[in-house]
Amino acid sequence: MAIEKEKLIDMYRVMVRIRTFEDRVFKEFAAGNIPGFVHLYAGEEAIAAGACANLRPDDYITSTHRGHGHLIAKGGKTDRMMAELYGKKTGYNRGKGGSMHIAEVDIGILGADAIVAAGIPIAGGAALSAQMRGTDQVTLCFFGDGATNTTRFHEGVNLASIWKLPIVYVIENNVYAETTPVSYAMNIPNIADRAVAYGIPGKTVDGNDVLAVHEVVGEALARARKGEGPTLVECKTCRYYGHYEGDTQTYRTKQEFEECRKRDPIPRFRKKLIKMGVLTEKDADKINQEMLEELDKAVKFAEESPFPEPRETLEDVYT
Amino acid sequence: MKEITYQKAINEAIDEEMKRDPSIFIIGEDIGKHWGGSLGELAGLFDKYGAERVRETPISETAILGGAIGAAATGMRPIAYLYFDDFLGVCGDELINQLQMKYMYGGKTKLPLTITAYIGAGLSAAHQHSKCLFGWLMNISGLKIVAPATAYDAKGLLKSAIREDNPVIFLEHKVLLLSRSTSQIPNEEYTIPLGKADIKRGGSEVTVVAIALMVHRALAAADKLQEKGISIEVIDPRTLVPLDKQAIIDSVKKTGRLVIMDEEPKTGSAAGEIAAIVAEEAFDFLDAPIKRVCAPDTPIPFSPVLEKFWMPDEEDLIKAINEIM
Ligand SMILES: Cc1ncc(C[n+]2csc(CCOP(=O)(O)OP(=O)(O)O)c2C)c(N)n1
Ligand SMILES: [Mg+2]
Repeated sequence: MAIEKEKLIDMYRVMVRIRTFEDRVFKEFAAGNIPGFVHLYAGEEAIAAGACANLRPDDYITSTHRGHGHLIAKGGKTDRMMAELYGKKTGYNRGKGGSMHIAEVDIGILGADAIVAAGIPIAGGAALSAQMRGTDQVTLCFFGDGATNTTRFHEGVNLASIWKLPIVYVIENNVYAETTPVSYAMNIPNIADRAVAYGIPGKTVDGNDVLAVHEVVGEALARARKGEGPTLVECKTCRYYGHYEGDTQTYRTKQEFEECRKRDPIPRFRKKLIKMGVLTEKDADKINQEMLEELDKAVKFAEESPFPEPRETLEDVYT
Repeated sequence: MKEITYQKAINEAIDEEMKRDPSIFIIGEDIGKHWGGSLGELAGLFDKYGAERVRETPISETAILGGAIGAAATGMRPIAYLYFDDFLGVCGDELINQLQMKYMYGGKTKLPLTITAYIGAGLSAAHQHSKCLFGWLMNISGLKIVAPATAYDAKGLLKSAIREDNPVIFLEHKVLLLSRSTSQIPNEEYTIPLGKADIKRGGSEVTVVAIALMVHRALAAADKLQEKGISIEVIDPRTLVPLDKQAIIDSVKKTGRLVIMDEEPKTGSAAGEIAAIVAEEAFDFLDAPIKRVCAPDTPIPFSPVLEKFWMPDEEDLIKAINEIM
């Protein structure tokens, strides 16, 4: 099915927005402006952008410790995100969450969870709720390769499979969980093969090809919306930066790192769009420029925003 | 004597014990040659003892602790590296239902295992990576709990924990693990028995019982109060289970006043338990109400401004002491 031109450009813009955001966070973290633990999504943009381009505003997602990209792809604003990372009152979580928990519930994000795999059963619950309420909302559940080795993955996916919950699991296989390579952590070449154990479809796609991700996740979401149950989609990718900011990355060879950079999903998509006649070089450069300007504004907004009042610590424990 | 950091103390304790006893192995995530534990405290152990005894796992807290229990029951002496104590919830069943094996099976097994985990706020790591679960853990029967405040204590207590024939959880405060400050330790081998408090500073007017990082904040507050002529005794219980009640009660008999400083929500805290013990067993010696300086009953916020408000500090302690003087 042909995708409209506007949508293609939107996907490109989302990818560039994520990259520009992450590169800027990298810089501001190094400068000491962002406290806490930060895990960057750079290199994996095609997954969030391609998958979320299929969603309606009322659909749900769950995210992870590496969650900036998911939030941007679901419609998050970079100024309020940056403010959260700076610990400011104007941030999406009012300074309570920071990078690892950055999320906006009002646009359907049920948390960026820093307990690995914790989002999997929660996403199942959102899908169950949609099923019980009789809506055709779907839930997109993002997590890493490492998360698929946990109890929660098995319990969550198995339960969704027997109840045919409207959910799509998007595995971001970036080859590592911290320092641990997938080849050490599991005995199978493709994580999508685990779908067999649950009697649901499992698909492996090139996670650096935004159109491939968009198509495969789109088909899975259509199945889910029709009540045909969950799908496991494994997106093979790699991360540009360390596991977290500060990671020395001794577990990756220079060559491996360079090969990862060569697979960069953004120039790849840009080239394709230009070839398709959707964008000119000039249009694409303009998008890059707009994003740089947007991020300058976002940082300014974050810097100029006030910190929360200390006593706000006590707010929002109960409803 | 030599100077050593908290981090190095932990490394040396494990190294010395692994050298001494081949049944000891470590099991956990990212403990191998690259990170040596996420804060680096296990550096070098993988190279020395190999993948067989420094066993890296996938993300598997349930299998790590469950596996440690099974191995301990059958002749090994595992150290389960649980990473952040916030992840203990993932293996909550192993903690509350399985560690009690010896008791349930009529005393016929023993579980010589040590759990290590990072605790504490102060790094803006937000709610899921900042907790001190002292009170929560104290409610679990059959588990001993160690929370050292200095490098000297960390080394001596970790060696004892590993040698213990019962499950022990050894809690390492992240701020201390990342600190470059050092304490003096003997060159020769030493151990510190579990269940012995340490008087970190002698004093006569107020007893302050402080745990882990809070020991340092209590000592700083005691210095300030000294200038105002108030004499504070700072007691570090070092192990919460078994708790050296006698040391606390003896101090209260001398000072007549007790303040407990504990980095966790007040409700259900270790501070509550210590207060209850003194109220029950040493009420007659108290000249003032017992005070608890704890965190508020909320999750832990991210923003440094909020986190600072959340964490008990010197000012909070001084205020509480002034209220009972
Ligand atoms: C239950 C739990 N165990 C361990 C950790 C520490 N930890 C944080 S991220 C991570 C690796 C996650 O790997 P993966 O799921 O592949 O996601 P990625 O970071 O590669 O995106 C680990 C082990 C955690 N946060 N939660
Ligand atoms: Mg991964």
